[in-house]
Amino acid sequence: MVKQVSIFLENRAGRLYEVSSLMAKNNLNIRALSIADTSDFGILRLIMNDPDKTIEVLKKENYTVSATDVLAIEVDDKPGGLAKILGIFNENRINIEYMYAFLGKLPNRAIMIFRFDNNKLVLEKLSNKDVKFIEAKDLYNL
Amino acid sequence: MRKFPYAIWNPEMETMDPDTRKSLQLYRLKDLVSYVYENVPFYTRKFNEMKIMPGDIRRIEDIQNLPFTTKTDLRDNYPYGLFAVPLEKIVRIHASSGTTGKPTVVGYTREDIDIWSEVMARSLTASGATQHSIVQNAYGYGLFTGGLGIHYGAEKIGASVIPISGGNTARQILILEDFGSDILTCTPSYTLYLAEELEKKGVDRKKLKLRYGVFGAEPWSEAMRKEIEKRLPIKALNIYGLSEIIGPGVANECLEQNGLHIFDDHFYPEIVDPDSGLPLKPGQKGELVITTLTKKGIPLIRYRTRDLTSFVPGECPCGRTQPRIDRIMGRSDDMLIIRGINVFPSQIEEVLVKIEEVSPHYQLIVEREHNLDVLTVMVEVNQNVFSDEIKGLETSEKKIQEEIENVLGISVRVKLVEPRTVERSEGKAKRIVDKRRI
Repeated sequence: MVKQVSIFLENRAGRLYEVSSLMAKNNLNIRALSIADTSDFGILRLIMNDPDKTIEVLKKENYTVSATDVLAIEVDDKPGGLAKILGIFNENRINIEYMYAFLGKLPNRAIMIFRFDNNKLVLEKLSNKDVKFIEAKDLYNL
Repeated sequence: MRKFPYAIWNPEMETMDPDTRKSLQLYRLKDLVSYVYENVPFYTRKFNEMKIMPGDIRRIEDIQNLPFTTKTDLRDNYPYGLFAVPLEKIVRIHASSGTTGKPTVVGYTREDIDIWSEVMARSLTASGATQHSIVQNAYGYGLFTGGLGIHYGAEKIGASVIPISGGNTARQILILEDFGSDILTCTPSYTLYLAEELEKKGVDRKKLKLRYGVFGAEPWSEAMRKEIEKRLPIKALNIYGLSEIIGPGVANECLEQNGLHIFDDHFYPEIVDPDSGLPLKPGQKGELVITTLTKKGIPLIRYRTRDLTSFVPGECPCGRTQPRIDRIMGRSDDMLIIRGINVFPSQIEEVLVKIEEVSPHYQLIVEREHNLDVLTVMVEVNQNVFSDEIKGLETSEKKIQEEIENVLGISVRVKLVEPRTVERSEGKAKRIVDKRRI
């Protein structure tokens, strides 16, 4: 399972810059990110090369942070690649809370980050299906 | 009979020479002190502790030796502890915001309702109302004293009351246009909102029958009065009151529009230094303290209103001899008045401490949008229970909003903010940012 760092951010000018500068200053590399927002606030979701250190650094600066388990899945980098995997989820009645793309990639393969309400169940259901999960330690250093 | 420039509801009481009124006040104060000593255990105890006996009152100035009564005393004796009569004698109960989740409760005997109607009749007459008037009463009817207070006074003078209550602007406009209302009673900010809506609808304000407005329940300024009188064809009068004393009708301006006459044959006023509690001189700004000389249901000795004002020196050309107080210039506590409703920050705090998803660090932002007050509660999310899902956060936001609205009875906006973003000054948070320009 992959550890994602979630940060609560007010919709305020410069806030995202502050977070990314903090990452830079501490030599932390952002591997993937997504932002979910409402009119008032947003949640920044990050896959980092070192999630534990990231959380420590953010907490020290009084950010509201939590670690969330997500799954990283390899997808064919060609038309229909994502549809194929979503088709498998659909057949197995798996609901996605949210998803976003990973920035780095493997040759001819893209990586998607998924958050399900029950990751363990998803892993069980899909264990013998044609779905390739990426281990956390591999992903952080990819 | 003396002639006065404007109508006076009760010339005998309202233009009484000051010495006679002083004797009347002393007579009533003596009665009151014995009455509460015998009927309200809270005062029996307090007087005994301070070694005061009812017989100690010999001059009206002796009132300064009596203890103050505060909103906290009302809360500590919630709900009926300060009532001087059994409930069978109480014919009406009203309530206003308390400093915590529990409201401040007041009860009226039939006599109290008569007094209230009398002082409201004086107030409305001072504001230009007569038995020919059509009074559009847009103060809220309910636990809030505004609606029913005006209503009884208007009926007493024989005017026709339209008990439309607050809100529903489209209907307010229809009735203003079609029913020929000549007196409007509501909060001054709602009046400005109404004026704006009339303009938007293209209603010719000159064709309205409106002549006078009786506005109160929230602080307002001379600038707002000018604005109202410019936008509506009316004279705008200031009314003052609070439920603990009786409701609206404690004091009211006359058509001279220079200070509010306080009906001191019923409500004995003092202005004191809010910190020391010592009396101030005429013209000096301080906290208004009122003793209810005649009330039977819940009589109060030296009630700290927390409203800041000063006595207006000199005689009023209208002929009334009651002292005048200046318009309310603020509060000596942190109470806010939002759309006429009293709001204490502590009420909001009480809701927040029960909600795990946020920390009880908050800030209240008050703004005026289109002449209506908007209260935004900024709450810091709790680092320990932060959910990474938007819908989770939105659910907490909604929950906080609903619970605060339940307690306050007015709508609010809730905005989640990051921890430590609520301004803290010297360790103590700056809780209120009032951006209204009144």
